[in-house]
Amino acid sequence: MDLRFTAEEIAWRDEVRAFIDAELDPALRERMRVGFGPTKQETIDWQRKLNKKGWACPGWPTEWGGATWTPVQRLIFNEAIQSAPAPDLQGFNITMLGPVLAHFGTPEQKAYFLPRAANLDDWWCQGFSEPGAGSDLASLKTAAKREGDFYIVNGQKIWTSTAHMADWIFALVRTDPNARKKQEGISFLLIDMKTPGITVRPIISIDGSHHLNEVFFDDVKVPVHQRVYEENRGWDVAKYLLGNERSGIARLGKSRANLEFAVDTARQVRSGGAPLVEDRGFRHRVAQIEVDIKALELTQMRVIAAASKKSDGKPDPFSSLLKIKGTELLQATSELIMDTGGPMAMPIWASELHALGNEPIAPEWAGYMAAPYLMLRAASIYGGTNEIQRNILNKAVLRL
Amino acid sequence: MDFDLTDDQKLLTDSVARLLGDRYTFEARKGFQKQDAGWSADMWGQFAEMGLLGLPFDEAYGGFGGGAVDIMLVMEQFGKALVLEPYLATVVLAGTALRIAGSEAQKSAILPEIVGGAMKLAFAHGEQGARYDLSDVTTSARKAADGWVIDGAKSVVLHGDCADKIVVSARTSGGRNDEAGITLFMVDGTAKGVTRRGYQLRDGTRAAEISFASVEIGDDALLGTVGGGFPVIGRVVEAGISAMSAEVVGSMDRMLDVTLDYLRTRQQFGKAIGENQVLQHKAADMLMSTEQGRSMSMLAAMMVDEADDAERVRNFALAKVGVGQAGRFVSQNAVQLHGGIGMTEEYLIGHYFRRVMMFEHSFGDTAYYLNKLADQVH
Repeated sequence: MDLRFTAEEIAWRDEVRAFIDAELDPALRERMRVGFGPTKQETIDWQRKLNKKGWACPGWPTEWGGATWTPVQRLIFNEAIQSAPAPDLQGFNITMLGPVLAHFGTPEQKAYFLPRAANLDDWWCQGFSEPGAGSDLASLKTAAKREGDFYIVNGQKIWTSTAHMADWIFALVRTDPNARKKQEGISFLLIDMKTPGITVRPIISIDGSHHLNEVFFDDVKVPVHQRVYEENRGWDVAKYLLGNERSGIARLGKSRANLEFAVDTARQVRSGGAPLVEDRGFRHRVAQIEVDIKALELTQMRVIAAASKKSDGKPDPFSSLLKIKGTELLQATSELIMDTGGPMAMPIWASELHALGNEPIAPEWAGYMAAPYLMLRAASIYGGTNEIQRNILNKAVLRL
Repeated sequence: MDFDLTDDQKLLTDSVARLLGDRYTFEARKGFQKQDAGWSADMWGQFAEMGLLGLPFDEAYGGFGGGAVDIMLVMEQFGKALVLEPYLATVVLAGTALRIAGSEAQKSAILPEIVGGAMKLAFAHGEQGARYDLSDVTTSARKAADGWVIDGAKSVVLHGDCADKIVVSARTSGGRNDEAGITLFMVDGTAKGVTRRGYQLRDGTRAAEISFASVEIGDDALLGTVGGGFPVIGRVVEAGISAMSAEVVGSMDRMLDVTLDYLRTRQQFGKAIGENQVLQHKAADMLMSTEQGRSMSMLAAMMVDEADDAERVRNFALAKVGVGQAGRFVSQNAVQLHGGIGMTEEYLIGHYFRRVMMFEHSFGDTAYYLNKLADQVH
């Protein structure tokens, strides 16, 4: 037993970091450090740099551009990206759709969509949740009726991240309303967002940003050859998608970057006549987060080591632990950032004043301190709520 | 990165688990506890026979040359069975002091006796006024013509009542908290001037208050160098944290298992209480804490022999807090999910609860190590 990285693993980490240092726009990096997200174009540019390097879609089969990295190498890569911070690999394209198409797609679907997805020539979004189908995803109602070589799709998706910038959507639709079990009447369709009948309506979230959308389908014609896998077997595809690629789900690199930003800012903020970083209460919060990060870091290694040994392809239920504890840390660290800002974190400096072209009226660090806190309240809701993750742990491990 | 155990380590784990499964049932343990010593001499003999008492010692002294991971594996099993015998005190604590600081003569005289089960040791460092402060030593050792004279008192000395030899820390120079003036000595448990008052701790293990009144010892009783005790004490405490962390992991495993069984069988409102989602989620939280604690226990084991002082000390602080908090969460909820039965002396959960409580208050508690970590935030 040896919990340390090997010399090769450390060399790999240095290689990834060196690439990021050389290729990532420093201005973007600084904006991300203080809490801003990358723009669509910045994400595309970065993804293409990675693609050129052969690092765009490490989890895919090698014939479609995947890497031959060990699970530990992949973790090191993900965490280096998160803690840089650099834009994440575009999740819908890379972690969700790519592996699904590589596994279930027709030769034509693979040949057309995979290279475009890797290069972000197409920006994909995910059409799963509906107003009546959240945690109970299989009760979805968006209907796809077969008419000749087409499906006619009618219904509504919700919480669709980045739908307003997407070229394509992969969606779960109901193709058999009379199926014995609700999971059995679902199909997985690839839909061009430019198809007539699609309407995207923004949902502004509590951080003030436009990330989420509603997507309406009104007699949308989708060619049958854009269905992935068999009709009424879309639930199998969805399960594969959700169980795939859990490396980096804990997003520890992001939590580390958040913590570093909070401590760095606390050196500049004064409290009680001294820098906040010298405050006992502040230091204790940092210490507790450091303990929790260390524990999760090791647990994550154990899960990854176990995953690389098993071959049944089933998702490890301990991914749920990584998700719960990882999102708790994202929330704890973003909370710490906001509290470090104090009253200075409350104004909407960034999006209001700076956007109007005014001279900055606040220190740079105060720009965006509450936004990650607000946005990351979603972390324990998306990707299966943390309560659903506990249900999974119960069902798979505790069996109560 | 490698989490695999060797074949020998798997064999070790299995054989300890089998021995304890057969011989160290909860009922048997109650019997051991009632014996005069408060533990079983017979089991101690079994441990010797299996080679557990020689696990970390060099083969030259009859030992097996094992490392902290081997100790971790044994202690996990001990934590499942709530072993009462003086293993931590003898093999881990005093054993580490001897391994690190002992002279060749001391090691060849004492280690084989430990390995064979004939000799038990204790590590007498803490004092009534010292709390967790490792440098707070008022017990004194003054140089005499042909040796040393020790005066003072040591408190909550684990298994100090039965120890044949006691490793004692004493001040040979400097003020009350002066790290440089602390020296270690080996004192016979029955030496003239040594008074021991044994008692049971909350978890059923034994300890003692030991006083030293003009105890005369020879120069050969010096363990390590004069004034060189403090760094050795630090390493002993780390070895103790690592071993006891593993014990807590074993106890957490067992508490979770027992609690899950109870949730499956206890009926209320016409169904098993485990069918209630609120209890399922609490159990899921216990599972997560157990696994996070296990990770931290592994970290501690890996750090025992880390040469970089700052790295080692920092990671032990992280691990102690992590295991302590996990243990507290799991044990409190194990009692809670059991309801009234969890409060009884007769039922096993309360015994695990108190062993974990004992860990958190040994070698520095959660607040103590959080303070240390907090001091490093700049």
